[in-house]
Amino acid sequence: MTDGSKRWQISGRVSRLMLLSLIGMTFAMPLIWMAATSVKPESQAMQQGFSLLPDPPGLAVDGLKDNYAAVLNDTTVNFPLYLRNTIIVVFLGITGCVVSSVIVAYGLARVPMPGRKSLMVITVGTMLIPFPVLMAPLFMLYTKIGWIGTFAPLYAQFFFGNAFSIFLMTQFFRSMPKELEEAARVDGCGHWLTFRHIVLPLSKTAIAVVVLLHFTYMWNDFLAPLIFIVDRDKFTLMLGLQLYQSKAGQTPWNLLMAASLLTLLPVLVVFVIANKAFTRSSLSGAVKG
Amino acid sequence: MSRDRIQREPLRQRLAGLVWVSPWLLGLLFFFAIPMGMSMYYSMTEYTMLEPPLWIGAENYTSLLSDPVFIKTIWNTLVYAGFVIPLSIVLALAIAGLLDTDSRVSHIVRLMVFAPTVVPLVASAMIWLWLFNGDNGLINSALSIFGINGPNWLHERGFAMAALIVMSLWSIGQPVVIYLAALQDVPKHLYEAGSLDGMGPIRKFVHVAMPSIAPAVFFNSIIQTITAWQIFAAPYIMTEGGPDRSTYFYSHYLYDNAFLYQRMGYASAMAWVQLVLISVCILGIYAITRKLWSTRS
Repeated sequence: MTDGSKRWQISGRVSRLMLLSLIGMTFAMPLIWMAATSVKPESQAMQQGFSLLPDPPGLAVDGLKDNYAAVLNDTTVNFPLYLRNTIIVVFLGITGCVVSSVIVAYGLARVPMPGRKSLMVITVGTMLIPFPVLMAPLFMLYTKIGWIGTFAPLYAQFFFGNAFSIFLMTQFFRSMPKELEEAARVDGCGHWLTFRHIVLPLSKTAIAVVVLLHFTYMWNDFLAPLIFIVDRDKFTLMLGLQLYQSKAGQTPWNLLMAASLLTLLPVLVVFVIANKAFTRSSLSGAVKG
Repeated sequence: MSRDRIQREPLRQRLAGLVWVSPWLLGLLFFFAIPMGMSMYYSMTEYTMLEPPLWIGAENYTSLLSDPVFIKTIWNTLVYAGFVIPLSIVLALAIAGLLDTDSRVSHIVRLMVFAPTVVPLVASAMIWLWLFNGDNGLINSALSIFGINGPNWLHERGFAMAALIVMSLWSIGQPVVIYLAALQDVPKHLYEAGSLDGMGPIRKFVHVAMPSIAPAVFFNSIIQTITAWQIFAAPYIMTEGGPDRSTYFYSHYLYDNAFLYQRMGYASAMAWVQLVLISVCILGIYAITRKLWSTRS
């Protein structure tokens, strides 16, 4: 290899790294700017400029204390209550989703039944139906059975399974070597005992992925709460954040950014800790497609 | 042989799986089949939820055709999708191509590019409201360095749509990850062969990598088509469909019909039309992909 081409290669690598860093910064900038605004005093947040820290920088400590306290103690938007509501709904939803989806997925993957293929196709098909198509009839249905005014519309359906979770778990069970289960069957275990004692202990990681993804989905959901939750004391955090922005007498930007950061912090932390779960799961659909 | 064995197993055993999937069968019935059936019925009625539904046949569907707002929201949705899908293909492919190295920087940047996809839509709406703020937003501050007096993004026709498109490109992480995985599947020796043939990086990308990425591009286009027809939270919060209905999208109009104007029948008809329109778009993308493919090979 000649000297020239080597130099070309190195400069190519350097420019690629620089370009990559620039891209990374661009994508991170909105989040960084949100965090920066959230610790500035109001007068400084409303100024043009690029400074990440208030002037003098020591004010950031006061900003951190005052702005976040102001968000949590707001008189019209009760964030602590909405946090409690969100935790209840998300906890119930995840519990229902995991218990039923794992059992349904094992049935789909391993237990003999008629119409297995069509059920799989229907399951994937439901993932393609946009929620706006279902929201009007679901609202009428929930009104008829008295669920409007309760949390039930947000979590109850997950006790019957969730298409994406079922899909992920079915893929996982299918990828397990059959020999283990066959050995258990030879020893006289039925499907249930095999599932309970052999398969489930080996599925902890896959179940954890389902929990994380469903957590993120439910925590972030806006449209379903917007439609089905009518009382302000049953609001979730996302409804609360929207109320905080739109309430009378415009909310100052530094406080709005502090509130936004608080509501997205849990998902961001979960993502940083378990990012592989998120990136890999977005591939699971693509492989099929 | 195994088929024989299954045939001889008692019926109870052959149906065992149905017990396992029974929760999901009930779920499909209650949360999909019944609502869709109801929606089909109500789409043929006038229904405010206060009085019993009144059968009007296909009238909802025919009045949709002469509803200028309905036409407007379809047009807006198509314009939005028409920008977002090609832009995100180009951008995500370029980023994935750059990320396709095994350096530490690449792994950190992957995280930074993917992180926005987990940010709740409401929170990202707040962040971009602030970034696009006409007076003190970061974007107009940046433009003013170049002596450009930035527009009041979310309150001016055209700019509001552009702002929503830019914002949607921020959460491009899923296509990037999918393209990256497809790129990593391309055998390295093909690149080497390309280099021997004197191809530059861009020609290598087009001729060596593209064929194996094509299915991923098709997959992402379909997912993004469905997502575009659902766009709701960002315009609902950031522009309320304005100014002048220039960012009023299909799902938003459907929502307003159902929950603001209490026209459940009309909204139900819109839902069915939406399914049809999405299918048409997907078929269109399929046809384009196939055409592009057959001319290449």
